[in-house]
Amino acid sequence: MATQKLTRSQQAQQAILYPVDWLEERSGLVGGVRYFLFRKVPGDTNWFQTLGAATLTAFIVQALTGSILAMYYKPDPNTAYASIQNITNNLWAGWLVRGMHRWGASVFIILMFMHMGRVFLFGAYKYPRELNWIIGVLLLAMGLGEGFTGYLLPWDQTAYWATVVGININGTAPFLGPFLAQFLQGGTYINADTLSRFYAIHMLLIPGAIFALIGLHLYLVVRLGVTSPPWSKEAAGTGPLNGKVTRPARSGLTRFTKRGSSR
Amino acid sequence: MNPVESDTPLSSHHDDHPHVPGPSLWPVGFAVGIVVLLVGLIVSWWIAGLGAIVALVFAFLWVRDLTAGTALAEAPEVEPEGAAAPAAGDGAAAAVVAGEETERYPRSRFLEISTLGIGVIIGGVVTAPALGFMVAPAFLKQGTKDIDVGPIDEFPEGKYVVTTFTADAAQGTVSRRTAYIRYNGQLNGLPSFTIISNHCAHLGCPVQPNGPLDNAHTTHYKDVRLIPSISIAGFGCPCHGGQYDTEGNRVAGPPVRALDRYSFSIRNGHLYLGTPFSVSHVDGAGATAQIHKWPFAFPGEHVNGIESWLYPIQPPH
Repeated sequence: MATQKLTRSQQAQQAILYPVDWLEERSGLVGGVRYFLFRKVPGDTNWFQTLGAATLTAFIVQALTGSILAMYYKPDPNTAYASIQNITNNLWAGWLVRGMHRWGASVFIILMFMHMGRVFLFGAYKYPRELNWIIGVLLLAMGLGEGFTGYLLPWDQTAYWATVVGININGTAPFLGPFLAQFLQGGTYINADTLSRFYAIHMLLIPGAIFALIGLHLYLVVRLGVTSPPWSKEAAGTGPLNGKVTRPARSGLTRFTKRGSSR
Repeated sequence: MNPVESDTPLSSHHDDHPHVPGPSLWPVGFAVGIVVLLVGLIVSWWIAGLGAIVALVFAFLWVRDLTAGTALAEAPEVEPEGAAAPAAGDGAAAAVVAGEETERYPRSRFLEISTLGIGVIIGGVVTAPALGFMVAPAFLKQGTKDIDVGPIDEFPEGKYVVTTFTADAAQGTVSRRTAYIRYNGQLNGLPSFTIISNHCAHLGCPVQPNGPLDNAHTTHYKDVRLIPSISIAGFGCPCHGGQYDTEGNRVAGPPVRALDRYSFSIRNGHLYLGTPFSVSHVDGAGATAQIHKWPFAFPGEHVNGIESWLYPIQPPH
């Protein structure tokens, strides 16, 4: 321990840093988070490259509001509609949280497509990032699956008939379509179990898969680096990067380099 | 100065070259072949065959292009961990020596494989019943119970009665369904009924009668609701505009076949609805109509013709 008397601000700093150091020493988590947040990206990244983070935020909002709605929602044909009415009309801020989930779903889907469009137009799906594009497409499919299964849950006429039509569209797929339709509705017709089935898929199965795929998606983003925009002078080798060793932008070029060599 | 050149440790490394296939035109030919094949499925057999041949030829060329020059064959053998003990010496020489000295099937290898194997078995034993539980109930014990929709004299001759019933009392209101039932009079001394399901053959929306109902004379038998009609000229679907005639034949819109029907039986003067079945089309009308009957299929699925080949197996309904 320091024999010298510490100033008040030094004491305060130590009090804050102590738990952080404690955590870092035992887990390395602080360094990991610092590495993730303060990693090198190309100097000329674009505002459009925030769409992925926006999509992630929209998903977190969905996960959070959905978990809370699940505390009041009852996935049973006889009570589902009434429980939604109760959430909307009686519970404090229920209309707000349900609205966030309802409209946030559209925001999530729209942002996914915008993010996809950005990646496409920037050519960021090219080598070595093909796998991350594929994972992104799976995430898009999962997101659409969330939209489809979530639409039934209000259990009103719109929800019911939209789901009938949606399931039967699935049913017209060649060969396995009829089996897919029957699996989705849990029988030959929509029945008492269909609602809880959709609820389980909507609440547990798909979100679990989405969490896992987002983890993989982000891992690959960090590992492979962020792309420069297609108009980037740096990436073309004619910009300010040229000859300046101090600029750390090399990690974000379209060509994947051996790990660690560019950082 | 070119930044790539300045970056010598990277560009000199053989990993720096992207492992992407070279430019190839064959996928275009493959895609054209697939399109011709699909068009042929609708238009004519020989066009489909031509498309299949084109697609196969270009697929072969494409695959040959892709596999040519890949480094897959040159991938170096991964040294097994058990044999890597004398790693201090020269790599290649040590491996050869170790390969001669160690057992053919080392203990560590056996333990590795048995641990993995046991893991796979435990995983399978846990997963299989759970997955089965998720999937099987949707396909087993489906069938339908016969439903008593009331005495046959509730159904006047030549007029449809909109009959709404509960298909399964245990399921409750979610299993409420509607059938349009018309008594056709006697045929060879037996009563004849036309019983049409209201599930549209396009995507399953509820078709509505095209004509006024006699709501004032609605009757109830147990939980069955019977609304007689005044005159019905056919059926129409509110969702996407499918139209059917009085026998359930498609006359307009997107449906791919006629409306489904129910088989029926009469016991103690009561009409019972039996298993539903699908209908491609109906010739004639009323008691003497020729019903082209097929096993029950989901809406939107062709039951006859070339498109029915897309649905070779139906799940147990």
